[in-house]
Amino acid sequence: MSHATTDAAPQPAGNANLLLVLLKARTFIALIVVFAFFAFAAPNFLSSANMVIMSKHVALNAFLAIGMTFVIISGGIDLSVGSIVGLCGMVAGWLMLHGIDPGFGWTMHFNTIEICLIVMAVGAFIGAINGFLITKLNVAPFIATLGTLYVCRGAAMLFSDGRTFPNLTGNPEYGSHTFRLIGAGSFLGLPISIWMLIAVAVVAAYISRRTPLGRYIYAVGGNERGAALSGVKVNQIKMFVYMFSGLCAALVGLIISSQLVAAHPATGQTFELNAIAAAVLGGTSMSGGRGRIGGTIVGAFVIGVLSDGLVMMGVSSFWQTVIKGLVIIAAVVVDQAQQKLQARVALQAEAALGK
Amino acid sequence: MSAERHPVGLRIRGGTKVYPGTRALKAVDFDLRMGAVNVLVGENGAGKSTMMKVIAGVEQLTEGQVLMDGAEVRFNGTDEARRHGIGIVFQELNLFPNMTVAENIFINREITRGRVDIDMSAQREETRKLMRRLEHDIDPDAMVGDLRVGQQQIVEIAKSLAQDARVLILDEPTSALSAAEVEILFRVIADLKRQGVGIVYISHRLEELIRIGDYITVLRDGAITGARSMQGVDVDWIVRAMIGEASKDFAKEVEHDYGAEIFRAEDVTLPRIGGGMAVDHVSMALRAGEILGVYGLMGAGRSEFLECVIGRHPHAGGSFFVDGRPLKARSVAGRIRRGIALIPEDRKNDGLVQMLSIRENMTLSSLGAFTTGFHMNLSKERGTVRDFVRRLTVKIASMENPVSSLSGGNQQKVVIGKALMTRPRVLLMDEPSRGIDIGAKAEVFRTMRKLAADGLGIIFVTSDIEELMALSDRIVVMSNGRVTGEFDRRQATETAVIAASAKGHAPANMPPANMPKEEIA
Repeated sequence: MSHATTDAAPQPAGNANLLLVLLKARTFIALIVVFAFFAFAAPNFLSSANMVIMSKHVALNAFLAIGMTFVIISGGIDLSVGSIVGLCGMVAGWLMLHGIDPGFGWTMHFNTIEICLIVMAVGAFIGAINGFLITKLNVAPFIATLGTLYVCRGAAMLFSDGRTFPNLTGNPEYGSHTFRLIGAGSFLGLPISIWMLIAVAVVAAYISRRTPLGRYIYAVGGNERGAALSGVKVNQIKMFVYMFSGLCAALVGLIISSQLVAAHPATGQTFELNAIAAAVLGGTSMSGGRGRIGGTIVGAFVIGVLSDGLVMMGVSSFWQTVIKGLVIIAAVVVDQAQQKLQARVALQAEAALGK
Repeated sequence: MSAERHPVGLRIRGGTKVYPGTRALKAVDFDLRMGAVNVLVGENGAGKSTMMKVIAGVEQLTEGQVLMDGAEVRFNGTDEARRHGIGIVFQELNLFPNMTVAENIFINREITRGRVDIDMSAQREETRKLMRRLEHDIDPDAMVGDLRVGQQQIVEIAKSLAQDARVLILDEPTSALSAAEVEILFRVIADLKRQGVGIVYISHRLEELIRIGDYITVLRDGAITGARSMQGVDVDWIVRAMIGEASKDFAKEVEHDYGAEIFRAEDVTLPRIGGGMAVDHVSMALRAGEILGVYGLMGAGRSEFLECVIGRHPHAGGSFFVDGRPLKARSVAGRIRRGIALIPEDRKNDGLVQMLSIRENMTLSSLGAFTTGFHMNLSKERGTVRDFVRRLTVKIASMENPVSSLSGGNQQKVVIGKALMTRPRVLLMDEPSRGIDIGAKAEVFRTMRKLAADGLGIIFVTSDIEELMALSDRIVVMSNGRVTGEFDRRQATETAVIAASAKGHAPANMPPANMPKEEIA
């Protein structure tokens, strides 16, 4: 990028535009660079087995990051997603092993689809609690979701007194034996969880670009007062983003418990931070109003490829953490530079018109 | 009033200031005389505030220089200007509502013991002295947020006094003050003059300027159109210099008849934070095709009334009727659907989402028109935006640029476009000409005329009396949250309107709420 600056100095406008294109594509460029680096440096990095494993890792973070992106664009934050992952995994495990006992002397058991729907409803419900605290009770998003973070984690522990639900293989009698497929199955060569990610990402991208709901999410994050005066139902929009984020977390809970064939209450700790990192790396502004689903997914891939690649190279996990942190900081610094440049280019265009 | 008695303390030579999209100052030469009141006058957007911001170090000149005592100075911030003895009282209050009066007055210049420990009692004592000088009884420990706007203005003035400024700039200091408070302020100004302080006084109240000013400078459209000593200056001269020979002509081009009553508000109330009523049992009616001007001083409750109509305040009382049918919707969206649209006063914070594009801002209130089910037709959206951009003559390079890159006038047109896209029956405009240049202003007014001729009802709020007289078909005056006067366009005189707007601000013997309207008209 420094190359571009020195190179095209005689044509300031063209130079700025080229630089802007490079800056806009920076996360993508970063992904290519990281990918190319590990292709050379890490043995077996390009093997298809490794690709599948890596994409499964990335998918988990990407789900959370998509939900997080909507929340951050709307001007909020959702710290509770990691705990929702844990709690939803436990709910799934409980339903598989014990079913529900309504107290009539018999027990309801569920098939895989029903379990998925119930768990997703639980995730969305916790998101709704977040939304309710934030919109109706005026709790700051940071605090409200921090509270639900603790509550959900504690609730997950209470499910099993802190123990793991093992052997979630399901029971063909109840139709829950297919539960394993969520994490282990594949379709047309791609794991099911990747197909789910593609579906969620397409829906989320569609919502953000082509529906009034998406437009309102951006407007609320950009200027809540202005949006409200324009007739946007701010509370409904906020409710939606937190519920959607909870739903995404529930999906991750399902996938993890299926992959591990077990549910552990501590699953998902610090996942929320990875999700925030992916969103920020993808160009989402923490002050709201700006961000792209596509950017977030690329961001999730950068983080995922980076950590898996470093593992394969045998870099110590302590250094991995340091490197991840540096990458995130660098991303935000570059993002600020892009914003400044973008504003300047737009101003120049409008000023030129004014003359 | 010779030049020797009032030496020039600060000069601007060839001062030019360019903002994106506009030239706010065009090679101005300005002399600031010490020990005198230098009056600065001009329309909204003429460049007065910009020039003062340059002197106070808030903005820097694009070209030209500022000279103090013959040497060029360049202020890169307010504290540099402050070190040269320049104090400014901004039009928008720059106070911290969460801090006490004393803390505000000594912000960034705290009286300390050993540079660490703030000497609260000394600050309190100083504040009390300042307040005595300003003949006000404001507790140094009161929270600024709890004070009336007028009292806050006094605090702002006290803050500048505390800095022992050699040059004191007062940008519309009296806009929120009562008559008695204005008298006190004038006494303080006279006192400062005797001490040799050079005062710059910006105001829209022409009589006030003639009374207090020693020198006058008139700005129009970023250029100085008149500068002289105040002797022999009358209102006519000022107005001519302000608006030029070709007086602005907003007069009706076509006469049209008004339709049936399109909107009525009955008994609207809105409690004020900290007691009292911001909107106090206001009723008014509007006919189709009519432009109703609402005039009043700052804090008279005009904007709050419009906000009640659009549904921003859920706890507001009263009832509204559109086309004779009661308006039951409580939400802003519901009211927009019933044909009410608001163009807010504060473009930046209420009117626009700065980081979104021009297109996204314009359609924000009317996305339903481009949506089937939940799918938005983006090309239809672009087509409609293009159409409105042309109709409203918005000057833009691309509708995808962020709206923040536009000049004030073009931003205002985007806000108007947003309101019109909802196909309103009643358009509420809050200070539609604030902060936009004269060309854009004329276009906005032309648009208003055209909309009214098309059968829209328009209620517009303004503090510019000329604008009010020229545009309104009917005038309602508000003061202290109440309606204090109602005039037909043909009968209204500036004096009567201003008299009505001062009602309730009288120092003693507040007139009763139900004062008969005939008395004013």
